[in-house]
Amino acid sequence: MKNSLLDRREAVKALLQGRGDLLVVTGLGSSSYDVFDAGDHDGNFYLWGAMGGAAVMGLGLAQAQPKRPVLVITGDGEQLMGIGGLLTIAARKPQNLSIAVLDNGHFGETGMQRSHSGLGAKLDDIARGAGFSSVVEITELAGIAAFRADVHRLADGPKLALVRISTDHVDRALPPRDGVFLKNRFRQHIGLAVS
Amino acid sequence: MNIAAPAKAAVQTDWPNAIYRALKAHHVAQVSYVPDAGHSRLIELSHADPAIATTVLTTEEEGVALSAGAWLGGDRAVVLMQSSGVGNCINMLSLLASCRFPFLTLVTMRGEWAEFNPWQIPMGKATAQAFEIMGVTVFRLERPDDAEEVVSAACTLAFESDQPIAILISQRMLGAKKWTETK
Repeated sequence: MKNSLLDRREAVKALLQGRGDLLVVTGLGSSSYDVFDAGDHDGNFYLWGAMGGAAVMGLGLAQAQPKRPVLVITGDGEQLMGIGGLLTIAARKPQNLSIAVLDNGHFGETGMQRSHSGLGAKLDDIARGAGFSSVVEITELAGIAAFRADVHRLADGPKLALVRISTDHVDRALPPRDGVFLKNRFRQHIGLAVS
Repeated sequence: MNIAAPAKAAVQTDWPNAIYRALKAHHVAQVSYVPDAGHSRLIELSHADPAIATTVLTTEEEGVALSAGAWLGGDRAVVLMQSSGVGNCINMLSLLASCRFPFLTLVTMRGEWAEFNPWQIPMGKATAQAFEIMGVTVFRLERPDDAEEVVSAACTLAFESDQPIAILISQRMLGAKKWTETK
């Protein structure tokens, strides 16, 4: 039986529609698969490890590329492991950084154990408390469209969207795993020398 | 009347400034840190420089991810931490090996020279090994006069040869932490 929450693949596809000059970092596991499934792109950097590091990696990128929108797409479990990173990001107030947390309240990769989010923690409240300028909870596709427009607007950052997704099964879609390839492809995409 | 600085201070290199000069010469554009008294001057210099994005971290491993993200975007980044934070970085350091990201961290040592706090000693003793088991090359900075040269060499290795480098700044050089404040 399908529940009424957003389908993760549909939500991520909608988020990346008309992406333009958007740069994307993905948290390991299902978020990486979702972004790859929406269409591989040289401006995507897929993490396959470094759990807890996606959002702060996005901060380093956003600070290096202040004129481009940077979007981190990650899961509740990944963000929970790096929860302090939300404070670090808010302290810097990057205008071009947005974070979309795909929240199904579970650790999907490891057998669907309930996460802290599933046990009552509110990541949107935590982001607000950390000092994020803009925080939204999204439960339908209309909310995704509104957040997408906000991601491309380089003001009032940092922004965080808590995207309520269902736990329904989706097939794996596996992006490249070679980190050196992904790094060089990304740098080449933004016009940097490949060392 | 002689109003010159005491002889000892006159010959002592202003090593935080020397490190700062080396980082600037190598175009470092981002500095992140978990504070330590030994890094306080360098942190001030970094914050005062509008050409360096200076980020305070809640835990040291964030600095590893931040540096990798900076490199993806074309910035050179350096992380400042104390030896007690090195263990926090272990799994995040795998990001450097998996993607061959350049990395440079300057680590002020505790738990090795005239340490008053026994709780600092286990991590202080394990600091170099913790880096080495994750493939990070460890340099030691023992004398203020060497600061600019060591940091400069480390910058070249990190940013030109895509190497992960840690410079351990010895506690003897920093001066033993005083148990009580003296005015």
